[in-house]
Amino acid sequence: MKRIGVFVCHCGLNIADTVDIKKVVEDIGKHPNVAHVVDYTYMCSDPGQEMIKSAIVEKKLDGVIVAACTPTLHETTFRNAISSVGLNKYQFENANIREQCSWVHKDNKIATEKAIEIIKSIIEKLKLNQSLSAINIPVTRKALVIGGGISGMQAALDIANSGYEVVLVEKTSSIGGRMSQLSETFPTLDCASCILTPKTVEVGHHPNIKLLTYSEVEGVEGYLGNFKVKIRKKPAYVDWDKCTGCGICSEKCPTKISSEFERDMGTRKAIYIPFPQAVPKKPVIDSNHCIYFKTGKCKLCEKNCPIGAIDYDQKETTIEEEIGVILVATGFDLLPKESIGEYGYGKYQDVIDGLQFERLLSASGPTAGKIKRPSDGKIPKDIVFVQCVGSRDPEHGMPYCSKICCMYTAKHALLYKHAVHDGQAYVFYIDIRSGGKGYEEFVQKAVEDEKIIYLRGKVSRIFKDVGDDGKLIVWGVDTLTGKKIEIAADMVVLAMAAVPNKDTKELAKKLKISTDTYGFINEAHPKLRPVETLTAGIFLMGCAQAPKDIPETVAQASGAAARALTILSKSELEIDPLIAAVDEDICTGCGICLEVCAYNARKLHEIKKIAEVNEALCVGCGSCISACPSNASIHKNYTKEQILRMIEEVT
Amino acid sequence: MVINMEEFEPKIVGFLCNWCSYAGADLAGTSRIQYPPNIRVIKVMCSGSVDSVYIMRALLEGADGVFIGGCHPGDCHYLDGNYKARRKSVLLKSILDTIGLEKERVWIRWVSASEGQKFADTIKEMTEEIKKLGPNPISKHWNI
Ligand code: FES
Repeated sequence: MKRIGVFVCHCGLNIADTVDIKKVVEDIGKHPNVAHVVDYTYMCSDPGQEMIKSAIVEKKLDGVIVAACTPTLHETTFRNAISSVGLNKYQFENANIREQCSWVHKDNKIATEKAIEIIKSIIEKLKLNQSLSAINIPVTRKALVIGGGISGMQAALDIANSGYEVVLVEKTSSIGGRMSQLSETFPTLDCASCILTPKTVEVGHHPNIKLLTYSEVEGVEGYLGNFKVKIRKKPAYVDWDKCTGCGICSEKCPTKISSEFERDMGTRKAIYIPFPQAVPKKPVIDSNHCIYFKTGKCKLCEKNCPIGAIDYDQKETTIEEEIGVILVATGFDLLPKESIGEYGYGKYQDVIDGLQFERLLSASGPTAGKIKRPSDGKIPKDIVFVQCVGSRDPEHGMPYCSKICCMYTAKHALLYKHAVHDGQAYVFYIDIRSGGKGYEEFVQKAVEDEKIIYLRGKVSRIFKDVGDDGKLIVWGVDTLTGKKIEIAADMVVLAMAAVPNKDTKELAKKLKISTDTYGFINEAHPKLRPVETLTAGIFLMGCAQAPKDIPETVAQASGAAARALTILSKSELEIDPLIAAVDEDICTGCGICLEVCAYNARKLHEIKKIAEVNEALCVGCGSCISACPSNASIHKNYTKEQILRMIEEVT
Repeated sequence: MVINMEEFEPKIVGFLCNWCSYAGADLAGTSRIQYPPNIRVIKVMCSGSVDSVYIMRALLEGADGVFIGGCHPGDCHYLDGNYKARRKSVLLKSILDTIGLEKERVWIRWVSASEGQKFADTIKEMTEEIKKLGPNPISKHWNI
């Protein structure tokens, strides 16, 4: 039989005022399991703790209860105290007779009775507490970052600079992500390339970063600290080890096609480097458009390559990596053109989206920074910007705010005015959301200094004028005056909703992490664990989680890196042992626990056909315990038996 | 056995999740908000871990009411344990119906760690409601 010691705390008068301590000690002393009971003014004080320690030794106690305040306050203190004299930490329980008894009742008799009952129910629990020790799992001290945009790069650099290895996987041939497509960034208007290039270069050269561009994550197995990742490297048809990035191949290539990087505002060749500052600065052959791949003739690039780096027979390769933590930074895209038919996007060349406008503004873009409309290259004198296209619009399936559009539209209008002094910019908006350091001032500056006309209301239709001046007629309404508005515009820029990158869903499946209704990756807790996913060891950041601007993305990436480092910084992880276990004799292998487990901690043993717990993933929530129809699921030290005995005790 | 309704003090077993409701109950204490002494709290990690067997056993053992306290929807420390608890409680209540026990004896409520007042108010309200219902008929049986 367990020999339990009960230590009743007065907490000065906090408990002793309402609870008759003497009576408690007397009553509890009669309990068959109680080998020792004593009271003291402050159990948590040093003498109090000493009292407990010496009693454990002298009275040979194998369980300790301190009847005092809530376990939240001193449970750890007492656990450490008892373990210092060799008693297992998990043989300690707190009976909460302060917050949930002496402080909420005034009647002495009632409070005393209740305190006794509380202690007795805790005795029932402690009687069956097992001695447990922390679970240790080894950690592979290497991180995988998926996505080479600003967030992925930031996290990779933070981890690499802390001295750990990073594998950075990017599906396109260069890192840089969306930010590399931007012209200037709000609210300070620094040029995106200028602040981005040092980062891409640092990533490219970092001794701790293994950069795998033009690669995709194929499959992921394992768990926290012990992932096995398969990465598929697509064939570039160029030997990157030989290639110097001179660019002659692209010059000579006869095939011109629309450039993804320029968002169809410019062209590229079939063998191409997506943009001048690309890292690594190595070309790939787009085999869908390459004449040689289509007809078997041409080979101009091969003939002209000074070092013989072209390799039409290059095959896809698979790389396997052992990884400790995974950070997901798959970024965002803009809602596709086809989605909002009434605005003529995709139908009229001069209706473009925000990223296309970025390319027009960019000094290294297709127009070298001149704002020329796509249809005829004319400089637009009347330009209309429409905010919230698709966003905040339940009808189009995106009731959320894309968060960046108010700011970048103000920036677009302002940069337009800087370039076209005699032009007029109009902005249709629902309302302006400019929270952020220097943001509101930025918008005000655009409105006041640049005389940009902000019209509060939605645009109902955009269509081509009947005449041949190429004007686009924008119909809208100004809700502040109640007037219908009609603007004959030369160009229209739509601030399309930010949506998750289209591959996010599939990747999420491979990683076994969840996405929300819109396809953004879910965080483990919206407030307290915003950079973790529910799967231990997998972190998220940037626009893969939700639309956000650059400063926020960078902050979140550093946050995710810091969280990841808490794992990488140890060679072994200690996990709280108060988790689930399986009684192998009774488990029928029905698999219900697999379904209820929100953490993927359950699986069926392949041979035994019964459920197993992955101790690295289980968080000890107890869902599987109450769902198990055969009582084979056990919650350590919260077993059904323990709870039932507590129930019996209090009823 | 004749029960004097005036003196009837119901016994309520409360399962409180560690992260919200238990902390809410603690806050009621820290704020010295008084509430009826009729509840006996059993701390569980999450409302989703409350097995229907616990509730049935409490009622069979003579509890007049069972209270389940969890985090607000969307706030469960383990994401969706409280939704699981809610689904199970609906099922359980239909069983109570079948065996003729008032389903109003089982309460499931969301109390956050900052809602000490709400915890106290809820326990007060529940105690009063259970008083109106009278003693658990099963426990009456056992006392014959
Ligand atoms: S932790 Fe509170 S309900 Fe799940």
